Amino acid sequence: MKCACGKNEATIHEIVVVNGIVQEKHLCPECAESEGISPDPHANIASLLAKHAQPAPAGPSVSGPVAPRRPPSVRSVRCSACGTTFSQFKNEGLLGCADCYKAFEFPLGPLLERAHDGATHHVGKIPRRALAASRGGDRPIEALLGSLEERAERLATLRKQIAEAVAAEHYERAARLRDELRSLGSAPSSPGADLPEDRPEA
Amino acid sequence: MNEKPRQPAEPDPNQPGQTALELINTGAEWLRGTGRACDVVVSSRVRLARNLAGFPFMPRASRVDRQQIVDLCHHKLMEAELADRLLWIDLREVSRLDRNLLVERHLISQAHARGKIGNHSVTGGRTGEDEPRAVAVGLPGERLSIMVNEEDHLRIQVVKSGFALAEALTEIDTIDDRIEARADYAFHPRFGYLTACPTNVGTGIRFGVMLHLPALKLTGDIEKVTRAANDMSLAVRGFYGEGSEPLGDFFQISNQTTLGKSERVLLHDLEHEIIPKVIEYERVSRRQLVERRGEAIADQVHRAMGVLTHARLLATDEATRLLSQLRLGVAMGLIEKVDQQVVHNLMLLVQPAHLQRASGRNMTQAERRIARAELVRNRLAEAVTRRA
Repeated sequence: MKCACGKNEATIHEIVVVNGIVQEKHLCPECAESEGISPDPHANIASLLAKHAQPAPAGPSVSGPVAPRRPPSVRSVRCSACGTTFSQFKNEGLLGCADCYKAFEFPLGPLLERAHDGATHHVGKIPRRALAASRGGDRPIEALLGSLEERAERLATLRKQIAEAVAAEHYERAARLRDELRSLGSAPSSPGADLPEDRPEA
Repeated sequence: MNEKPRQPAEPDPNQPGQTALELINTGAEWLRGTGRACDVVVSSRVRLARNLAGFPFMPRASRVDRQQIVDLCHHKLMEAELADRLLWIDLREVSRLDRNLLVERHLISQAHARGKIGNHSVTGGRTGEDEPRAVAVGLPGERLSIMVNEEDHLRIQVVKSGFALAEALTEIDTIDDRIEARADYAFHPRFGYLTACPTNVGTGIRFGVMLHLPALKLTGDIEKVTRAANDMSLAVRGFYGEGSEPLGDFFQISNQTTLGKSERVLLHDLEHEIIPKVIEYERVSRRQLVERRGEAIADQVHRAMGVLTHARLLATDEATRLLSQLRLGVAMGLIEKVDQQVVHNLMLLVQPAHLQRASGRNMTQAERRIARAELVRNRLAEAVTRRA
């Protein structure tokens, strides 16, 4: 396959899913670099950050074209709980506390998507005691499973994965995903109450 | 704020040196060389990254925080009945040599031995050998180890001999539940289990399979395996994990992504899709080598046995390389006088810290070469006599 530039063979293939829309890019190494796509899918977190968590330039410069770029504002976002700034996280690759995930939720999003093959939401184990406690009534279940919107998004992700598994004839995998969909859907006041209709046609 | 006093050293088992000797003498289950696909798979491991709610992550944790985490974990882990016996090792109480021994046994990371936070350099963050940190080791068998205050507050690991990822997952899941019944984990509905490094967030799980792939290395096809693995978001690493070089044709394959895929789906991908293919690829390559270059392979394996049973000086690298060839010979039935457990044990015993502990004294590099050759000669002679 040729690269979009038409000159070289495309050796780097990027598939990005944004709001459920799949965008494919097939590029040669030169074009990939110019688009800021690393040829190494396992580049370390600092380099991922450097390339992809860079916020948009902060508007047109007032002091002419040679003026240095104003430092982007997101770098100075600070976690109120532990004082870590996004810039500090960018340099070190580590967050300072659990609240950093909330403080940096917006700039972290694209980074997480890249590091985790496009994933945006947790699927899998949930702390049991916390879940049981929430069912007992002393904590709303939304605190653990997220808001209805968030859970709807997780269910949508699972449904998409099931459809992909079925299309690829990976029925065993599809069955496992369906089990997960059911367990997530069986949570009280869950948006997955319409489960039976969502079963894949195996 | 007053700092809590340091825990006094445990009595007998935690005396520096006693711990190390006990570990060497009781042995680790994953070294047995038994289990499914054990001709190719050495061990299967699963680790969980967990943080306690209410404490800052390691880069921002003060010395007081760290000491409190160590004390809390000591108390909670010991009462959770996680193993027949849980050996608690305060890493400030043991010598550098013994910390290295724990690294060689895969019970702690190199960073943890040195009091660093993972492989990251944290500006202003506290690092150093005197930082409060510990490891809990499940005995007998060393199937379980829990690092306290490494990159995350808890790094729980279960390791089993052979290809046994599903069993390892079941075991670690129970252990995780028992810990969670006593301590609140940092968790977020969208991001899952929260970790200091966002590359571990979500399930916080890492599956790792240690494979012995001498035939694929010899034919050069290991490159294809690495490329295919990378395409599937898997990492191929060396004998001592992240950042380590492949040693003696041993490779670890592990998942890279932890968000958006459940533990069961990740397990399924590795256990049913990827690893069986690599195992089969290695087996086919071994058969082809025997068909096409049978004499040369037999010669190489027997030469390795010859050098190991007769050498008077052995460096670590050379010993590891020869033991890897011996392992291939045992797996292919070319060497019948020793079993894989002997080979695996020697793989550890030839490492510098093990060698010095087993010999009972500190040695220079030159002295170690002599002692290493002697130890290998003796152990192999014993094994051969036992079999005869």
